[in-house]
Amino acid sequence: MQESLSKVGLLPEPSRWAMRWSRFQRRYAPYIFISPFFILFLIFGLYPSLFSLYMSFQTWTPSDGWGRWKFVGFENYAFTLTDPMFWRSVWNTVWLGVFSGVPQHLIAIPMAFVIHMVLSRFKTFVTAVYFLPYITSSVAIALIFNTLFATHNGVINLTIAHLNTWPLLGVLLPDQNINWFTSANIKYALAVVVVWQFTGWNILLYLSAIQAIPKDLYEAAEVDGAGRWQQFRYITLPLLRPMMFFAVSLTIIGNMQLFEQPFVLLNGGASAATPGGQTVTMYMYRTAFEWLEMGTAASIAWILFVFIGILTYLNHLVFGRAARGGD
Amino acid sequence: MKRILTLLALLAFFGLGLAQKTTLTVAVFPNLDDALKAQITLFNKKFPNVEVKLVIQQYADHHNALTTALATGQGLPDVAAIEVGFVGRFAEGQGFEDLNKAPYNAGQYKRLFTPYTIAQATSADGRFIAMPTDIGPGTFFYRLDILQKAGVDPRNMLTWPGYIAAGRRIKSTTGAFLIADAADVAWINIFATTPANNSPYFDEKGNVVVDSPRFVRAFELARNIRVAGLDARIGAWTNEWYDAFKKGTVATQFSGAWLQGHLQNWMAPETKGLWRVQQLPEGMYASWGGSFYGIPTASRNKTLAWEFIKYVTTTEEAQIAAFKAIGAFPALLAAQNDPSFSEPIEFLGGQQARLLWRDAARRVKPLKANKYDRIAYEIITAALSQVLDEGKDIPSALAEAKRLIERRMR
Repeated sequence: MQESLSKVGLLPEPSRWAMRWSRFQRRYAPYIFISPFFILFLIFGLYPSLFSLYMSFQTWTPSDGWGRWKFVGFENYAFTLTDPMFWRSVWNTVWLGVFSGVPQHLIAIPMAFVIHMVLSRFKTFVTAVYFLPYITSSVAIALIFNTLFATHNGVINLTIAHLNTWPLLGVLLPDQNINWFTSANIKYALAVVVVWQFTGWNILLYLSAIQAIPKDLYEAAEVDGAGRWQQFRYITLPLLRPMMFFAVSLTIIGNMQLFEQPFVLLNGGASAATPGGQTVTMYMYRTAFEWLEMGTAASIAWILFVFIGILTYLNHLVFGRAARGGD
Repeated sequence: MKRILTLLALLAFFGLGLAQKTTLTVAVFPNLDDALKAQITLFNKKFPNVEVKLVIQQYADHHNALTTALATGQGLPDVAAIEVGFVGRFAEGQGFEDLNKAPYNAGQYKRLFTPYTIAQATSADGRFIAMPTDIGPGTFFYRLDILQKAGVDPRNMLTWPGYIAAGRRIKSTTGAFLIADAADVAWINIFATTPANNSPYFDEKGNVVVDSPRFVRAFELARNIRVAGLDARIGAWTNEWYDAFKKGTVATQFSGAWLQGHLQNWMAPETKGLWRVQQLPEGMYASWGGSFYGIPTASRNKTLAWEFIKYVTTTEEAQIAAFKAIGAFPALLAAQNDPSFSEPIEFLGGQQARLLWRDAARRVKPLKANKYDRIAYEIITAALSQVLDEGKDIPSALAEAKRLIERRMR
């Protein structure tokens, strides 16, 4: 249209430069607008991943300087897969994955149902409160939990000591203050922190899924004489399956990569070397930055990647059919 | 006219050039930066045209940043402070200048320093990568008031069995714990019994020796303390640790001499006059901490960096300035003869503790760095925690530790 108007002299003839510019814009503007994501992804996402894959076949002490690595083939993988310290960290991670992952969902699903059914008027406020730990900075979390778990004056041990004076409970509880930062106990402390931090996030996910369930299903059930429990059991739970797949996937991926919580908790109350607190990522970090074995650390990263892939696939087998809508 | 203008322009250019200061960047962690600030003022009297720029990061961040910078060769300072826990690792890498070589020829200065520091900064193949600036002679802190209340003579604590016996008495009469963490006793024993010019974990041939009798005894002593309930099971550098010092719930602590400064300044200033120090039991001498300065190979100002390092480490005035600023115990032997060393320390009830520490510093045996020290340290820490916290038996814990260390040596 514009071209034809200018041809008949109604519009001034655009200069050649302007023509070119406009053609350039029309062709490349979309790419330019979308490029920031790709540039950032290439620099901070793809490049480090590929570099770590490359590095996992080399041996490199980073303090030697850039480029001073040596090809060793699969040696790093062979070493890691036969490393008792690595397998201990896998065991710690799986333990934590189960004991900090399962409670999150067992608490979040009923909570979301209760919030939806009973507290719907205060829904926003209640979810916001439960969500708060999720957005709290890990430094603040470390500070608070290090104080709570302190051996001699920590609130948790003081509570246990108080409960110990009760007639029946006293038999079950230890008489001595528990040192939560020993290798054997740190896992429990970590599980508590993780559950506390991520349950709110799952409540939010499940609440949004529950809200999407049509009201008339509940109304029909009520007409048929179903109580709250039956409604939860036969309507809410089955219809939540797609969300469960999603939420459990996120938990698995998150728990396999658990780093922040052990990092801050171990650096505050115990030695970072405490064996019980070594998750795979923690062990990887220490291999890279404490022992300066970059190649071995990179191989740990890729082995972990395969583990996560397998677990996500298993999860897909369990919840997946429902997630795709079939049954 | 034009020629004059050109001349003026050239003059102005060179004039500016002459007046322009050279900048030297020094990366450092607290509170070593406070020592440097005092030293830089003095340094600038000799080198007025050098502007020293400090890059200050927390202890762990500083060393992590240094590792990353060495890896990429980017963003390295001209001079880097290195804590003793990292100096061995950096020595084994290729990122720092070998100060033995020309133009540094640091060999001539080595005899000026507390002897064991030289070994700490020397790699297995003999490169010397950093000059020592301060040291941490190990010492035995005790609370005189608690010991008196329990009727314990501190001199009876100078053998390990005597130390533990005194601990039982302190616990039963005053309720105070003997020590914050039993593991400390194991570590002193491991370090102080290492033969000269060896690594604590390896013999001269590089064989792992963590199942030798000195490790067994170190572990046994710690376990005896734990089993008798004499340690508070508190880790160092936690709020509970500071709290225990404030409230006097632990009676003794083994540490570097520098702990006195921390206790006095912020940990437990209200316990002034209650603490005393003595040498470690059984004639043991060990070093706790220490700092060094090295020149990264990628530094662009090596000549000046060397002048700066020489100034802060080998001149008495700079070493005394650091000592006065933060109590950093000078690595330079000559600076240890300063009159201020015989001054009584009020926090320690007027004890002339620095003379004691100086004596200790001169008796510490030089240890040799091994590339795998760091990993061995961690594996032994884990083994110790299995013995103390989980009741694992000592020979099998040490045998497993040995196996783990050996398979790491690739």
